Amino acid sequence: MKKRPMTLAEKILAIKLKRDYVEPGELVEVPVDLTLANDITAPLAIKIFESTNIGKVFDPKKIVLVMDHFTPNKDIKSAEQVRLCREFARKYKISHYYEGGNCGIEHALLPELGLVGPGDIVIGADSHTCTYGALGAFATGVGSTDLAAAWITGKTWFKVPETIKFVYYGRPKPWITGKDLILYTIGDIGVDGALYKAMEFTGETIKKLSMAERFTMANMAIEAGGKVGLIEPDKITLAYIKNRFKREPVILKADKNAKYIEIREYDVSKIDLLVALPHLPSNVRPVKALPDKIYIDQVVIGSCTNGRIEDLAIAAKILKNRKVNPNVRCIIIPATPKIYYEALKRGYIRVFIEAGAIVSPPTCGPCLGGHIGILAKGEKAVATTNRNFVGRMGHPESEVYLSGPAVAAASAVLGYIGTPEELGLREED
Amino acid sequence: MDKIKGKAWKFGDNIDTDVIIPARYLNTTDPEELAKHCMEDADPEFSKKVNKGDIIVAGKNFGCGSSREHAPIAIKACGIACVIAESFARIFYRNAFNTGLLILECPEAVKEIDTGDELEIYPEEGKIINLTKNKVFFTKPLPPFMKEILDDGGLIPHIMKKFKN
Repeated sequence: MKKRPMTLAEKILAIKLKRDYVEPGELVEVPVDLTLANDITAPLAIKIFESTNIGKVFDPKKIVLVMDHFTPNKDIKSAEQVRLCREFARKYKISHYYEGGNCGIEHALLPELGLVGPGDIVIGADSHTCTYGALGAFATGVGSTDLAAAWITGKTWFKVPETIKFVYYGRPKPWITGKDLILYTIGDIGVDGALYKAMEFTGETIKKLSMAERFTMANMAIEAGGKVGLIEPDKITLAYIKNRFKREPVILKADKNAKYIEIREYDVSKIDLLVALPHLPSNVRPVKALPDKIYIDQVVIGSCTNGRIEDLAIAAKILKNRKVNPNVRCIIIPATPKIYYEALKRGYIRVFIEAGAIVSPPTCGPCLGGHIGILAKGEKAVATTNRNFVGRMGHPESEVYLSGPAVAAASAVLGYIGTPEELGLREED
Repeated sequence: MDKIKGKAWKFGDNIDTDVIIPARYLNTTDPEELAKHCMEDADPEFSKKVNKGDIIVAGKNFGCGSSREHAPIAIKACGIACVIAESFARIFYRNAFNTGLLILECPEAVKEIDTGDELEIYPEEGKIINLTKNKVFFTKPLPPFMKEILDDGGLIPHIMKKFKN
């Protein structure tokens, strides 16, 4: 068979299928390396799975169940849902069941534990499963039925996506992180700008980004409608997976003359600290260009997007020897127990508590309006989360403003949406 | 598939899964319970006003956001027989087929339908008739694979058929 140059997404699928190439538009059935569900989506998948009476999962080592959304269980119904998952995990001897002290936010937890790595095919009944694209894994969100089907067959179907390539170059301004780059991108192409497509993030700026920032970017590919958000594995990837990922990584790169449906280039040196105004992640503005002061009631620093130690480090730098504005509740959520412990060791937790912030156990919590920080009618929050849809964090008439950790922490002190510069802070200090 | 006849309920672009079924109600998988809160944050009375067989008509990117299958389940359980949109978000698209909610992509029809219009839909032919405005539209044909899933009665019966062989 004649080879054809391939994008990263095409290549991962072709290798997995042991084929010379795949082409956008064709339907393929691929084996999955890992399947994931949480306390909201697993109960439905379990009911569907049990209704088939098949009595056997394809591979108990390739099923991950993370009870992270409404946990520690917020009410009786949630507790019942988790009980169902726990019993399923015991019955089928699921290797990776997380609830309680070993539990963190799924998309921070799985890479941290080394359960996912380069070249993997991962489906998760959670839309932010695309986070693992940062490791060069073809990872995407599906519903509970698709997941249950994979629990039976060990396979799933995909339409090979077309790929849009995003090239980032130039040196970021102070305080700019991967969150600003991805918000800028979604602001540019819109919430359906990559619908059904693979996004490939490349360029000299990406090559210098930490894994944490890469996870943030891949995480929000879904906010542009993307199927996957991929970054080529490199030295930084390999350093991250070392001593974590136990399987042999499949390191793939896009071919030089691969066919992209579109290539977009961004000069990162021109990107300012950004915020996405309600009620779409694409409604992006530079913070300094906001016409009026937007006073806020709450700040949330956490989530699968920005709850990693690097994010907490930025928050700690800004909150150190400062006080959270008395009109603001500042909720900080380390994404995993390991991140929590590391923050404790580095003294961040002390900084947060002294500043008057609230430190929560790992949970998705307020990001989806679950618990731990629900907004009342008319309240406004700045959050390092991923969605600002109507009612996302509480009352349908509340508002969520999305930002990176620097803007969120600075806003917590200021009481309105602002930047660390307004506190007289420089990143180098 | 039988003919569908019902009233249109029109929504805009980017109707997300948090609007279709807010996460605060996701501590259950009971379709009847989910149905009570369908589209609640866009129209608090929606589930009470809908009659069985009615049709949701929406703009671009319907069902964007989370992967919650509770969204098509809530829509179906509150009596909606079909969703017509200019386009669908990809996870919602799969979930709708998997749970047996009929969805049709037809930008032309969306532009010519208003809330309250009486619609008649022939799923097999991909034909949408706006009886109120006396206009006929044809949807894009279903991809053969998706049709196969629908004909088998959903994804699970489809894979079980193959799996047992």
